[in-house]
Amino acid sequence: MAALLATYGALLWRAIWVHLAYVAGAVAAGFVMGLLLGVLLSRVPRISGVLIPLLSVFQTIPGLVFIGLLFLWLGMQPATVLIALSIYAMFPILKNTYAGILGVDERYLEAARGCGMSAFQQLTRVELPLAMPMILAGVRMAAVYTVSWAVLAAMIGLGGLGDFVYQGTSSNNNTLILLGAIPAAVLAVVIGSAIDILARRITPRGLQGGTKL
Amino acid sequence: MTKTYGKTKILTGLNITIEDGQFVVLIGPSGCGKTTTLKTVNRLIEPDSGEILIDGKNIMETDKVELRRRIGYVIQQIGLFPNMTVAQNVCVVPRLLKYPKERCNEIVEKMLSLVHMEQYADKYPSELSGGQQQRIGVLRALAASPPIVLMDEPFGALDPVTRESLQDEIKDLQKKLGKTILFVTHDMSEALKLADLILFMDAGQIIQAASPEEMLENPANDLVRSFLGKQLAESNVPLKVEHYLRTNIRTVQKNRGILECAEKMARSNVDTLIVVDEDKRYAGTVSIADIHKWKQDLRSIEPLVRQTMMTVRIGEDARTCIDHLIETGENYVVVLNEDDTVAGIITKTSIARAVAENLWGDA
Repeated sequence: MAALLATYGALLWRAIWVHLAYVAGAVAAGFVMGLLLGVLLSRVPRISGVLIPLLSVFQTIPGLVFIGLLFLWLGMQPATVLIALSIYAMFPILKNTYAGILGVDERYLEAARGCGMSAFQQLTRVELPLAMPMILAGVRMAAVYTVSWAVLAAMIGLGGLGDFVYQGTSSNNNTLILLGAIPAAVLAVVIGSAIDILARRITPRGLQGGTKL
Repeated sequence: MTKTYGKTKILTGLNITIEDGQFVVLIGPSGCGKTTTLKTVNRLIEPDSGEILIDGKNIMETDKVELRRRIGYVIQQIGLFPNMTVAQNVCVVPRLLKYPKERCNEIVEKMLSLVHMEQYADKYPSELSGGQQQRIGVLRALAASPPIVLMDEPFGALDPVTRESLQDEIKDLQKKLGKTILFVTHDMSEALKLADLILFMDAGQIIQAASPEEMLENPANDLVRSFLGKQLAESNVPLKVEHYLRTNIRTVQKNRGILECAEKMARSNVDTLIVVDEDKRYAGTVSIADIHKWKQDLRSIEPLVRQTMMTVRIGEDARTCIDHLIETGENYVVVLNEDDTVAGIITKTSIARAVAENLWGDA
């Protein structure tokens, strides 16, 4: 173990950070896009009823294929990986934002209108806060998925924990595979828990304990 | 305050003026347009034609959002924002109006003290009972001191006890703060209790606009009457003597023989008889005690007739009879028609029966 760390320690450490950077960048970009698109789509539920199933089809394209296609187009650079991961991270956030906003009970909207909130105030003060638990669930899903998808970055030689897995499989070295796989799994669990804790922190008491939306 | 507007699919030719400071209740069967009418006032629904004027100003010329901030609004489903504390909920409108923070805090404090809920300021709606939630719902509507408050069946989802106390509180608040309140309900007893003016609606039209007393006395049609139904009986306990009358009574002419009278009393198991003259006019009463005392010496009952029984006329207030019966312990009061003939008697039993009928119908 000590020998292993002496050999790969620095590399592993670097790979973890690269991996984390991919995840953080992709989830952040996916969050912004997903939130914006989710809000926009929630304004036009009639169009969204058609659009969202179409997007779901797109989501089923394997990540490998998508990264490959982007590679052909953009070449080998971190942006290729980030764009691909961001788009994949966006889907669960978009869907949950949309569903969360649409799930807000009509009585709160009527109360908000009756109080004299503008459409924007209604969104920021009522709809988004009430949809927040669901949006955060989407973020969590996106983050955990992205940890595993980011392994694919190694496929086009762009580092992260995938490098270990990739080298391990091509050289038939199980230790290397595990050296990549275990930190990736731990990372997924840690990030998931971190988001859970964060979510609990920022969700007002009134929305906890299964309060109906 | 005037509001007038013409034809929509559900509202037809409504035209009504509401005075400042009035508690106006809209009532009617479901689908009659009462909620629609209410919501046109803060433009949650806009009429196809016609206009609503507040203090002479057409609300269509006011910005929707601005308008709503100056009109309180309470809905049946309460709709407190679950992501905000009680204090934040109360302060929603003042904050929309960009009041400074200190003023918001003052308002919250003042509002909560109105319903004695100061200690709940930092609780969330889900931590309150239904009645407490709706109290806060009402406070949210009142917080920015709007002159007009709209309430759409605000107490409909509450249990009867809570509803009653909230009704008392809202009436109290309305008087104290001098608000004009438009209140939708389908519960006539609520309307009668709260309203200065009841607007009875059906099929998008106002069938009757009247004070509760007026509506009870002169319902405009059968629909209004049927809505009043139970409440009529409960709240309008008849006050005239004829409502308490017992009419199947035995009378005897004053020239009849003593023995005949005694026999009649025994047969109908009474100890006095009402005596009338040849024209059936009331002459007095005769008691079994007198008959036993004098039956050896007299043939006719005429000398025994006394006029000590209390008599009242048809159309008089029944309360004095009731008081009299209770105070003196007499068995009955004689009720006379205009022409002095006997209409009937009022006994404690006939009063009890009349009251029971009023309470539970003609069971």
